[in-house]
Amino acid sequence: MEAILLIDFGSTYTKLTAVDMENEEIIATAKALTTVDKDIMIGFNNAYSEIEEILKDKQVNFIEKLACSSAAGGLRMIAIGLVPELTAEAAKRAALGAGARILGVYSYELSRREMGEINSKKPDIILLAGGTDGGNKDCIIHNAKLIAENIKGVPIVVAGNKNAVDDIEDIFKSENIYYKVTDNVMPKLNMLNVEPAREVIREIFMEKIVEAKGMKNAENFINGILMPTPAAVLKAARVFADGTDKEEGIGDLIVIDIGGATTDVHSIGDGEPTKPGVTIRGLQEPYAKRTVEGDLGMRVSAISLWESAGTRRIRKFIPDTKFDIENRCRILQSNVDMLPQNEEEEEFDEALGMAATEIAMERHVGVLESVYTPMGVIYSQVGKDLLNVRHIIGTGGILVHSRHPKKILKAGFYNNETSEYLKPINPEVLIDKSYIMSAMGLLAEKYPDTAIRIMKKYIVKV
Amino acid sequence: MEKNGKTIVLGVIGSDCHAVGNKILDYAFTQAGFNVINIGVLSPQEDFINAAVETNADAIIVSSLYGHGEIDCRGMKEKCLEAGLEDILLYVGGNLVVGKQDFADVKKRFIAMGFDRVYPPGTDPQVGIKDLKHDLGIE
Ligand code: B12
Repeated sequence: MEAILLIDFGSTYTKLTAVDMENEEIIATAKALTTVDKDIMIGFNNAYSEIEEILKDKQVNFIEKLACSSAAGGLRMIAIGLVPELTAEAAKRAALGAGARILGVYSYELSRREMGEINSKKPDIILLAGGTDGGNKDCIIHNAKLIAENIKGVPIVVAGNKNAVDDIEDIFKSENIYYKVTDNVMPKLNMLNVEPAREVIREIFMEKIVEAKGMKNAENFINGILMPTPAAVLKAARVFADGTDKEEGIGDLIVIDIGGATTDVHSIGDGEPTKPGVTIRGLQEPYAKRTVEGDLGMRVSAISLWESAGTRRIRKFIPDTKFDIENRCRILQSNVDMLPQNEEEEEFDEALGMAATEIAMERHVGVLESVYTPMGVIYSQVGKDLLNVRHIIGTGGILVHSRHPKKILKAGFYNNETSEYLKPINPEVLIDKSYIMSAMGLLAEKYPDTAIRIMKKYIVKV
Repeated sequence: MEKNGKTIVLGVIGSDCHAVGNKILDYAFTQAGFNVINIGVLSPQEDFINAAVETNADAIIVSSLYGHGEIDCRGMKEKCLEAGLEDILLYVGGNLVVGKQDFADVKKRFIAMGFDRVYPPGTDPQVGIKDLKHDLGIE
């Protein structure tokens, strides 16, 4: 039988998914601890022997082995722009959509002190933006000069004012900086153009970062580490929503991934106002949008989750708990491997998941602001209107393992009391219970039709 | 229409939703050769300034039609200075204040707030265009 092996070199686990391409089925999954410090292949082989064991009675021939990775700290990026709400925000959105972990966002003309700060954060890639095409050149040129003088060995993606590109190339060439130029992330005011930058970031990831992170030897055995894991999830979400020429998608959707350290939200949809008479303000939103909340997590970020949510907001989801909320969060954060042992602990985890979902969704979706006039109320919208999104998909530890994933995700639904947040009103809840989203993102690179059909089979209603 | 190489940021300030005049101004300034960055209605001061910074604009053209122009425009010049837009030209027009006030007086107040040009209700956009070309030294 012909099969494809999909590999996710995660920060903790290396996860393998074997797909039977003929029957479009998942025939085996396995995981083992990621071993990037010594040799990434040790962990891989541990998981792979499990797969071989499961498939030992079948004649399986892996025709392709494709991987994504968030090992060794993931893809660590710095985003630089001019105005915080404009090109700096556009650069940040481009990097997030490329699957990066954002270490910092910088704006305006930078200082040597900030250069030191950036160096100390040890980024893998810097995305340099600033100015609309034909707009401000001084800032991005100033920043390019400072980078050339102060930051060595970090690839730079230049995605700013096209009129500044010649000057920037001269600067980088004279200092032997590795760089790639692509289209402006904000070519016109409030117009977002993130796809070209995302593509170039991915190229550099494949060419340079995989090697720099000590994962090159993996490529002797597998066909390539194609992208960072979050980019694979976003890719899967996009294909699942949009469909292909042959296979129908399921339409606009949201993916929520609650992890130990962060909560990621992905949305696919244009986010245009669903109500008449609403004026859109601010920077355009990405069609495929990813946000990452570094303060909202079930373990590593349990204390910051408590700090962001506050005791009352968590208690709202678990009014009768016997736990002291702050204290329980502290315990969870200092025992990151802890699994709930009884119903009470399970309920506490669910409440944390609900708080994370609620806050992460409030930060991801658009906000409707009302302006009162003698004519009545008029509205302006900043961000995406996701009121009519039809599906919300849960993935990640707690949502996959919990007995009540729907209850957790409902915290991300539209709420009359906070009606300014344009969250989905009554979406259908689907759970990625075989944990295949990143694998399907990889598969979708070459076999999108198959990936959609498998997702329709395995990402199920609850 | 030939481009004159100058960029302007255009918009209606504050909670003001009068959209028609804004469209006409956009058309008129574009026809006159300007690169018009129109941020539209319901625009706070910050949006004008951020837009001007990113696009390296030469002038900001503010409209206010609903009578609250004075409150909405207060502090705008100071914010421009903070943002490094020392040399940007600030124009304002529309129905700046409520009711029939002596325009000379209104104008004085807006000039004191740091605006370079202030126009009475119903001013033809061509008047503003002519002044802007003059002030930018392109005519
Ligand atoms: C249509 C209209 C509305 C519509 C707007 C629909 C829309 N989205 O566009 C609606 C019904 C929503 C509306 C609401 C209100 N409106 Co109204 N509205 C008008 C009306 C009848 C026409 C406006 C118009 O489109 N004019 C045509 C355009 C082409 O002209 P313009 O807007 O003046 O713009 C031109 C010039 O002013 C000039 N210009 C403008 N800016 C600048 C800048 C520079 C530098 C230069 C050189 C020139 C320039 O060039 C423009 C193009 O030619 C006017 C009365 C009138 N006849 O003007 C009242 C009027 C503007 N509204 C008024 C008021 C008070 C309101 C409300 C507060 C409530 C009310 N009583 O109706 C609300 C406010 C809502 C809000 N938050 O903004 C008052 C303002 C009074 C004042 N400033 O003293 C007016 C003057 C009516 C009046 N006489 O009372 N309104």
